[in-house]
Amino acid sequence: MTDLPDHTAPKLAEKSRLRAFLDSDIFFAFKRSPIAVVSTIVVTVLVLSAIFAPLLATTNPFDSASLNLMNGFTAPMAPNAFTGETFLLGTDDQGRDVFSTILYGMRISLFVGVAAVLFAMVLGITLGLIAGYLGGWVETIIMRIADVQLTFPSILVAMLIFGVAKGITPIEYRDQMAIWVLIIAIGLSDWVQFARVVRGATLVEKRKEYVEAARLIGRKPYAIMLKHILPNVLSPVLVIATISLALAIIAEATLSFLGVGAPPTQPSLGTLIRIGQGFLFSGEWWILLFPALTLLTLALSVNLLGDWLRDALNPRLR
Amino acid sequence: MLAYIIRRVAQSALVLLIVGLVAFSMFRFVGDPIENMLGQERTVADIERLRDQLGLNQSIAVQYFKFLEGAAQGNLGVSYRQGRPVAEILMERAPATLELAAVSGILAIAFGIAFGVFTAIRRDGIVANVIMSASLIGVSLPTFLIGILLIYIFSVELGWLPSFGRGETVQIGNWSTGFLTPSGRQALVLPAITLGLYQMTLIMRLVRSEMLEVLRQDYIRFARARGLKSRAINFRHALKNTMVPVITVIGLQLGAIIAFAIITETVFQWPGVGLLFINAIQFVDIPVMAAYLMLISVMFVMINLIVDMLYFLVDPRLRVDRAGGH
Repeated sequence: MTDLPDHTAPKLAEKSRLRAFLDSDIFFAFKRSPIAVVSTIVVTVLVLSAIFAPLLATTNPFDSASLNLMNGFTAPMAPNAFTGETFLLGTDDQGRDVFSTILYGMRISLFVGVAAVLFAMVLGITLGLIAGYLGGWVETIIMRIADVQLTFPSILVAMLIFGVAKGITPIEYRDQMAIWVLIIAIGLSDWVQFARVVRGATLVEKRKEYVEAARLIGRKPYAIMLKHILPNVLSPVLVIATISLALAIIAEATLSFLGVGAPPTQPSLGTLIRIGQGFLFSGEWWILLFPALTLLTLALSVNLLGDWLRDALNPRLR
Repeated sequence: MLAYIIRRVAQSALVLLIVGLVAFSMFRFVGDPIENMLGQERTVADIERLRDQLGLNQSIAVQYFKFLEGAAQGNLGVSYRQGRPVAEILMERAPATLELAAVSGILAIAFGIAFGVFTAIRRDGIVANVIMSASLIGVSLPTFLIGILLIYIFSVELGWLPSFGRGETVQIGNWSTGFLTPSGRQALVLPAITLGLYQMTLIMRLVRSEMLEVLRQDYIRFARARGLKSRAINFRHALKNTMVPVITVIGLQLGAIIAFAIITETVFQWPGVGLLFINAIQFVDIPVMAAYLMLISVMFVMINLIVDMLYFLVDPRLRVDRAGGH
């Protein structure tokens, strides 16, 4: 029985943490807001279906062996004229099942969006902490760059970075690298928000006594920034991250739609909409409509969640 | 006030210098200019001669200033793809974008302010609530989807308006305008709405919240007590005092309109500068990209400057404060 405490202690701690979360104001407010609950469910369903796309998709749209050109342009829920096969959301010109392409497309959209926001977040937090804590000319340089970048709409910055990166990468790697270039471009276009908020919060925090105390016991600046200040500036960062995610997903879709994003070999939702637009006049509406609806649902629910989170975490509105 | 203006002009100049540096680095380091200008059969002597000619053997600082000097004189290099001077191509394309941006800007400002005032005054009315809900959708719809939706309704289903191009244009000097022909005006409708819609909703929501804020204040209540007509109160007293934040946002949004024109122009195949820029990215046409960057930053910086100057016109308090020399 001597080993009992070892087993129960972490479990107890975990349980009480869950309990603490369930009892918290945030969770209470969450339960009371139908918009928040619904958009969380929608986001969860979309994210899970993107992650498990290979299991859910009826066909692998990138495996050309499984495609049958005869299946091309099948309307949703209607049997194909030649093969008699039916598809839930129809097929595109190459006989790819639209439902499957959407699942795989959403995977790429979400991956690019999340990775870009994470990149922007890490960059923005680092620069914001440094600018706020160190001050002086370091702060001036960082915030000046941020100001100049803010003069330009972020989608334009992302386009420029994409264009330059495309110029630097050798032609044979361009399609392979496109996704990564896209992440870097959107991430770099979005770090300013994080840096500004973190810098502002750091300026407030660094005058507080606990930071003074940490400095007195001789902790190094980077330790004070990461261990002491960072946890206290995180909640506004969380809000910006959620709203940025919606913006990043739309930015990715826009770039891909314009043909300067995800290549046709790795289509994201934006690429699918670009492909679908070509069939708008010939009457194959489903190739365009379903990816567009998916993008809209995804962006809208993430956006609503972000809005709710901003209000819930704002102490002035409580 | 003068000191303030001088400081703002200096800041703007700094921004332009930095953007110029970025554009110069793109020219100089992304893709080898020699590689792009000489064909496969080149000798070492050819390369050296061209290097000398282009001034690539000089120091980077000298090259940068030469580049800025050239750019200021309208020498923006030669497009890799079209083989023509970039300045010439931009001049050809600019009227299309400017006409589109102007019309959408006017639409956005006029309808944005009108709807904003309306929804603020009739806060609980049904129409106001419908407008507000519709604006939420307008904010969350990506621009390109709005464009596609409009094309689907008005071009594919109803067949009322053209879905691409500028229609017929009339050449007036260097300026080709689509305003003077029926087809040109028709072609403008859908792109202008697409481009202006997002800005309109933004302006509208801002005017509404500012109006609600102002209408609660004491001087409005006094004005009502004095028996002024509600039209005079709403427009002469309330609206005028919402203008400072509104002008800021309108100024920033004018810049955004020019940038978002890239998306609209691609959806509608509008032959403007934005479409040129997207094609330049697709084909890695660095000189066009760099020139576009510089052109658009000059525009942005000018707009910001003008907006800052406008504050003084709109808000007399600022004039007094600054002139007082605090």
